[in-house]
Amino acid sequence: METIGTLIIAKYNYWAVVVLIAIGLYAMIAKKNLVKKIIGMNIFQTAIILFYVSIGAKRGATLPIIEHGHGESTHMVHAADYINPLPHVLMLTAIVVSVATLGVALALAMRIYFHYGTLEEDEIQKKIIGDEPDKIDSSG
Amino acid sequence: MLAKKNKEFFELMETIGSIRPLLAILASALVIPLIILSRGSPNLRELWTMVGAVLKFMIVFSMLPMVLAGTQIECTLAQVLPGFALQLRVDALGMLFALVSSFLWIITSLYSIGYMRGLQEHDQTRYYSFFALSLSATVGVAFSANLLTLYLFYELLTLSTYPLVTHHQDQEARSSGRKYLFFILGTSIGMILPAMLFIAHKTGTLDFTSQGIVAGRISGQATSFLVLLFVFGFAKAAVMPFHAWLPAAMVAPTPVSALLHAVAVVKVGVFSVARMITGIFGTGWLDDLGLSTLICGLAALTIIVSSLIALSADGLKRRLAFSTIGQLSYIILGVALLSKSGMVGGLLHIGMHAFGKITLFFCAGAIFVATGVTNVSQMVGIGKRMPLTMSAFFIGALSVIGLPPCGGFISKWHLVLGTVEAGQFLMLGILLVSSLLNAAYFLPIVYRAFFCSPSESMFEGPMAEAPTWCLLPPLLTALLSMVLFFYPQPFLRLARLGVQAITGG
Amino acid sequence: MGGMTEHLPAIIVAVPLLAALIVTVVWWFNDRLCFPLSVAAGLVVCGASANLFQKVLTQGVIEYRLGGWPPPVGIVFRVDHLNGLILVVVTLVAFLNLVASRRSAEKEFRDKVGAFYALFLLFITGLFGILITGDAFNLFVLLEIASLTGYALIGIGSGRASLSGLNYLLMGTIGASLYLFGVGILYVLTGSLNMVDIAGILPNLWPSSAIVLAFLLCMGGLFVKMALFPLHAWLPNAYTHAPSVVSSLVAPLTTKVMIYAMMRVALTVFTFDFAFNQIAVRGPILWLAILAIVGGSLMALSQRRLKKMLAYIVVAEVGYMVGGFWLGNKAGMSGAVLHIINDAVMTLCVFLAAAAITIRTGDDRLSSLRGMFKRMPLTMAVMVLGGLSLIGVPPTCGFFSKWYLISGGIEAGHLGFVMALIISSLVNVVLFFRCFEIGYFEPFMRGGEPHSAPVEPGYGAPTVQEAPVEMLFALLTTALLLLLLGLFSGQIVTRVIHQALPAVLG
Repeated sequence: METIGTLIIAKYNYWAVVVLIAIGLYAMIAKKNLVKKIIGMNIFQTAIILFYVSIGAKRGATLPIIEHGHGESTHMVHAADYINPLPHVLMLTAIVVSVATLGVALALAMRIYFHYGTLEEDEIQKKIIGDEPDKIDSSG
Repeated sequence: MLAKKNKEFFELMETIGSIRPLLAILASALVIPLIILSRGSPNLRELWTMVGAVLKFMIVFSMLPMVLAGTQIECTLAQVLPGFALQLRVDALGMLFALVSSFLWIITSLYSIGYMRGLQEHDQTRYYSFFALSLSATVGVAFSANLLTLYLFYELLTLSTYPLVTHHQDQEARSSGRKYLFFILGTSIGMILPAMLFIAHKTGTLDFTSQGIVAGRISGQATSFLVLLFVFGFAKAAVMPFHAWLPAAMVAPTPVSALLHAVAVVKVGVFSVARMITGIFGTGWLDDLGLSTLICGLAALTIIVSSLIALSADGLKRRLAFSTIGQLSYIILGVALLSKSGMVGGLLHIGMHAFGKITLFFCAGAIFVATGVTNVSQMVGIGKRMPLTMSAFFIGALSVIGLPPCGGFISKWHLVLGTVEAGQFLMLGILLVSSLLNAAYFLPIVYRAFFCSPSESMFEGPMAEAPTWCLLPPLLTALLSMVLFFYPQPFLRLARLGVQAITGG
Repeated sequence: MGGMTEHLPAIIVAVPLLAALIVTVVWWFNDRLCFPLSVAAGLVVCGASANLFQKVLTQGVIEYRLGGWPPPVGIVFRVDHLNGLILVVVTLVAFLNLVASRRSAEKEFRDKVGAFYALFLLFITGLFGILITGDAFNLFVLLEIASLTGYALIGIGSGRASLSGLNYLLMGTIGASLYLFGVGILYVLTGSLNMVDIAGILPNLWPSSAIVLAFLLCMGGLFVKMALFPLHAWLPNAYTHAPSVVSSLVAPLTTKVMIYAMMRVALTVFTFDFAFNQIAVRGPILWLAILAIVGGSLMALSQRRLKKMLAYIVVAEVGYMVGGFWLGNKAGMSGAVLHIINDAVMTLCVFLAAAAITIRTGDDRLSSLRGMFKRMPLTMAVMVLGGLSLIGVPPTCGFFSKWYLISGGIEAGHLGFVMALIISSLVNVVLFFRCFEIGYFEPFMRGGEPHSAPVEPGYGAPTVQEAPVEMLFALLTTALLLLLLGLFSGQIVTRVIHQALPAVLG
């Protein structure tokens, strides 16, 4: 019987991922500073990238570069000798996505800072309540 | 046995395909662009309205001989849902209603010109456009072959009359408009839509057939619930307590009240209820379940209560509105009696009441245009100033009360016969009492208009009637009300044909 | 000849992608060229998607192998009846919005026009990609392309836009990451990323809690992205504070494409049997949908800004589609798919009208609607039509999808869902007629004073100031679409949607 327990307990790398996700989520929810939230988001993303990277790994395997390549048909390739390259390649894309997300997030944070003069969420909220147009309007 | 007889009847009945029903509906909608384009010249604009009205009536009328010969005219527009199409079918019932409303639109258009110009109303282009659209929707309801199509035109009518009801765009119009939407749109979405979907789910069809589609497919208990949903949900029929929108809608200009709230809109409500009773539930099934008494009871209650309220209403249009609420329930009562004469009387009342009540509204409008008076208590002695208008009012009132020599007598006579046929003597009593109440709230107006001491009279001689176009229409409809007493065709034949199609004999 | 049509799926993604790059470059030389270039790209994509849909209708499922690699090794684009139909509508909505955006883009982003169009094109690239990809990981990448450009587009706006954009970004990233996590688990289990391939392998592993976990992660991630009720908090602010042209692009398309992704993942990756029979998530998701419908509608009631009100209506509409899908019967699912396309057009309609009004009044408070029927009669007429469609009045398309959804609810015996739909329709009546009342009864205000009393017997409207002509074109086309989709909904459902549903539904 395969249960979620056996799947996870047997493999410590999953635990690491779960802990990192928890840290990331905690930062995103509990922290009031927007940059800290963004850092939390990045930790969250990194956790999932690590998950992918770890599932490609095999004990005793090496880099997926065929040593005697280039036409030597006599050489046998054993998949077990090489780590699975596909998750790693996928993560190249995911890392690009994550960096781009971080870039956009920081750009937005800068705009917020220029507009409100702070990155603390509660202070921003106070300013918003101060100058919100739709709170003044009473008609309709 | 009945079913077999019925089948034979339908084998005799011929159905032909034609786009004429569609043309009849579109005739008024298609003049709207012309009305809008000629907004700069009122005469041309009103000409287009008249062209639309006459054209519409002629198309409807051209189908009359076929319908009288027992032919049905069908036209499928679009297969919008698998198994459910937008489809038009002209039968006797629909023809009766379409004939009345398209004919009265011509007269109302003439009256509109006199009234709107007399009062120098604003935004007349919008007014005429939406008026034309409402008539399209009305005839659409009359010609709907199934509940889905009927629902479509019913909603279109609600929405196209909203700008007419709220024409004055002031606070009063706004709150009346809200009431109008709350009652009419609210019930159609909240009650009709789920009921329709439930029936569609259970029976797989929504077509109006001679014996209904529900029988045997939906349990008796569910049927009772559905009957209530439809009787109240078609709030345009103004069965109490879903009547409050009608008195509120009287803020509209008088031609709107006259045509829409005495003929088109409210009759669409009762027509829809009648269609439900005959085409969806089937008279046989309702009879088996004994639901006739339930519907009659609701109608009877509405008749009595509305008449009592009308007695104490001072605003003339408000009094007329409550009178309408009562008269609408006559129609529902007649159809729900499920007896042959009762149904004929109910259907006939769609036409007879229309002519009588529109006369009364026209007169109310004429009085307002000529004197600015709206309350009954201020109309003492008005017969001296406006004798023609008040004579027309008298005839209209006679027709609504149901006294000879007016058309209303014919329909009420059938209703009374129907109660006897159905053995519903309580309903007979209610009809008689309510006729007395009708007389009690109409005749004093006329009496005091003509017969009062000079000291009581609020109006002095010389005769000063409303402008011609406000005066002629009520005289014409009053005359027609009387003609219908002596010659109630083609309405009587249509009503009989319609009932024959249902009962099969 | 055959060469071109064979590559149609690639064209749909490649053309806007390349156009985005070209626009960015051209912008340095002449910013007037950005708009026509983008429109040209939009036109090509519209044509390609229509062509592709036509091919799907005649030939059935089309599979396109990127770079010629066969699945499951290579990435495939896979077009069937479901995404073929949605693709046509989404490309059309994007195109109409592109056309409509001209004046307000010039006005709102004077020195950033090129950036706006480049982002616009990248955004739709992502959406089109999500719609046609047949690869689970590729879906993630395209999801993020659409989302990242979406954050940027929303963030361009002034005032609170950047804060709303950042909140959206944080939530959106959580959603995408959860989805990615789910795909990772699927990869561990099956060793494949191709959707059809995974679906072939998964049933051998039933029952497995790992599959359930993967399912929950994928669904959870997509629920965040589509703003299903308790996860919706990012949406209203983001759509309200975004520039008007961005709202009218993002609002009709994002949530709908995400709902498509949910359908695709549930049906194609996990299969119908797993999603509806192997695990018991149907009930809870249905209740979430009901909460979304009722909650979204009620919160829309308390809004005083037009765009925010519309945004909450979007939240409610998400509930319609999610609920319809998870009813799990033919009528409900047909309704959900039909509502994806109908709602895309309806939302476009009302958001475009709001954008037109915002351009003329500079403000989207409900009170700015005063006198609008006189001032912008055509725009308001279109808005009325859009509102009626959202209420569900025949013959507009909104009625027909609601018909299927309610029938599905009745068929499934789920009274709660039926009631929620009816309640939401009634609330929509209140919402829209409140707007129409303001436009109809309250005279136009200029500088706080009533401009003119309405009782004036003139025959023409005094100060007609319609939306810019491009926007008016888009508005009127959308209005026409509302009616056409309604009248042809019978054919759309029987000829297309029923082919798209799982065979077990019959």
